[in-house]
Amino acid sequence: MTKVTMTVNGKSVSGDVAGNTLLVEFLRSDLHLTGTHVGCDTSQCGACVVHVNGAAVKSCTMFAAEAEGAEVATIEGQANADGSLNTIQQAFQDYHGLQCGFCTPGMVMSAAALLKDNPKPSEQEVRAYLQGNICRCTGYHNIVRAIMAASGQEVPAVAAE
Amino acid sequence: MYSFDIERPTTLADALAALADDEAQALGGGQTLIPTLKQRLASPSKLVCLSGIEELKGISRDGDTLTIGGGTTHGTIARETAEGFPGLAGLASKIGDPAVRNRGTIGGSLANNDPSACYPAAAMACGATIVTNSREIAADDYFQGMFATALEEGEIITAVKFPVPESSAYIKFEQPASRFPLVGVFVAKYADRVGVGVTGASEEGVFRWTEAEAALGGNFAESALEGLSVSGDGMIGDLHGTGAYRAHLVGVMTRRAVAAAR
Ligand SMILES: Cc1cc2nc3c(=O)[nH]c(=O)nc-3n(C[C@H](O)[C@H](O)[C@H](O)COP(=O)(O)OP(=O)(O)OC[C@H]3O[C@@H](n4cnc5c(N)ncnc54)[C@H](O)[C@@H]3O)c2cc1C
Ligand code: FES
Ligand code: FES
Repeated sequence: MTKVTMTVNGKSVSGDVAGNTLLVEFLRSDLHLTGTHVGCDTSQCGACVVHVNGAAVKSCTMFAAEAEGAEVATIEGQANADGSLNTIQQAFQDYHGLQCGFCTPGMVMSAAALLKDNPKPSEQEVRAYLQGNICRCTGYHNIVRAIMAASGQEVPAVAAE
Repeated sequence: MYSFDIERPTTLADALAALADDEAQALGGGQTLIPTLKQRLASPSKLVCLSGIEELKGISRDGDTLTIGGGTTHGTIARETAEGFPGLAGLASKIGDPAVRNRGTIGGSLANNDPSACYPAAAMACGATIVTNSREIAADDYFQGMFATALEEGEIITAVKFPVPESSAYIKFEQPASRFPLVGVFVAKYADRVGVGVTGASEEGVFRWTEAEAALGGNFAESALEGLSVSGDGMIGDLHGTGAYRAHLVGVMTRRAVAAAR
């Protein structure tokens, strides 16, 4: 076992992990932060996206031990301090950017990473950025609309291809 | 996954010492190795993380040579070479997706030498030098067929040196599910030569299309490629496309790369 200490959503946490413990397993099983989902476990779907030191990563494709000393942000830390939905989350609700919601934590975390680097992305840039986030339900249009809205831009009526 | 220990050295020297153990394996960004471990296709007893080693990261330019640390991520390469070497930045910015690019490294990609990996095409076209902890290896000698390289057990790619071309471009025809190239071509134009590196196509792994290099060396234009083609013999044939189809794509991707080069 290896001892790891990291900051998750602003709080310092530590635990003993096996070498092969994935970051997502540590988040879900040790910290009981089950908002981060495992869709594929093969690095394809993006349901497990979290931020490590500000960068979007697939937490199913990183070991917990590699996050030693890192700042980790998950969906549980995204709401405003008073518990209300943040701008991106609210836009997902307003624009029906989710159906079953399984992909949503990863979508919101990817959207947050995109808007941090590129506050006013074009629709094309939004679509390109979401290449690694797969949604089985929505057909993506409303996710793209939600992210355009969250960036304070005009929302395409029907998103173009 | 089988169980293993994980070590997190912060210097190259400590990493090499940890890798002296036969059963140990280097972990770069993990974007290939972790899926491989999950499938139990590898069973190291110890993983040695390279991601905490600052001396393996970063990009520097000295004259016409760009040196990229082996532990530099695709995302960093995409951002930091956009001005000086747009062909390479374009290649890096289209690997996988943003989360893969934030972890995956150039050293890991070159060490793995997947027959469809993107960087090997650039390394071959540019005549890059693979720098390890113990020696420098020319790209032509480094790639030795699918998943095979000149690296010895425990040898670490510390850097890759690229002679910066006057203009270059990488064009790939994506396999839509994996987004790996079905065929990808990197074209690099220098004052005295042109390099054409082809990935995804051959059963022998990445290769230089030397006939196209000669034709483009005289006239760097799509028209110089008229009448040139590669044979479908020895090309990868699978459910995504036959060998003949891949051979055809080599020509198409090369023409597009020449047209796009800047
Ligand atoms: C969804 C997805 C899409 C992808 N799409 C593409 C694509 O379009 N094109 C493409 O080229 N790649 C693609 N990749 C692969 C990606 O580029 C990987 O990052 C890369 O192949 C491996 O780099 P890594 O740093 O993650 O290495 P790892 O996975 O950590 O390691 C791979 C191998 O290299 C060894 N190794 C790692 N670093 C070093 C080093 N510095 N020196 C010596 N040996 C080392 C390891 O021991 C291991 O054997 C994709 C991956 C995913 C998950
Ligand atoms: S669960 Fe991590 S990418 Fe699908
Ligand atoms: S809302 Fe169901 S997978 Fe995206």
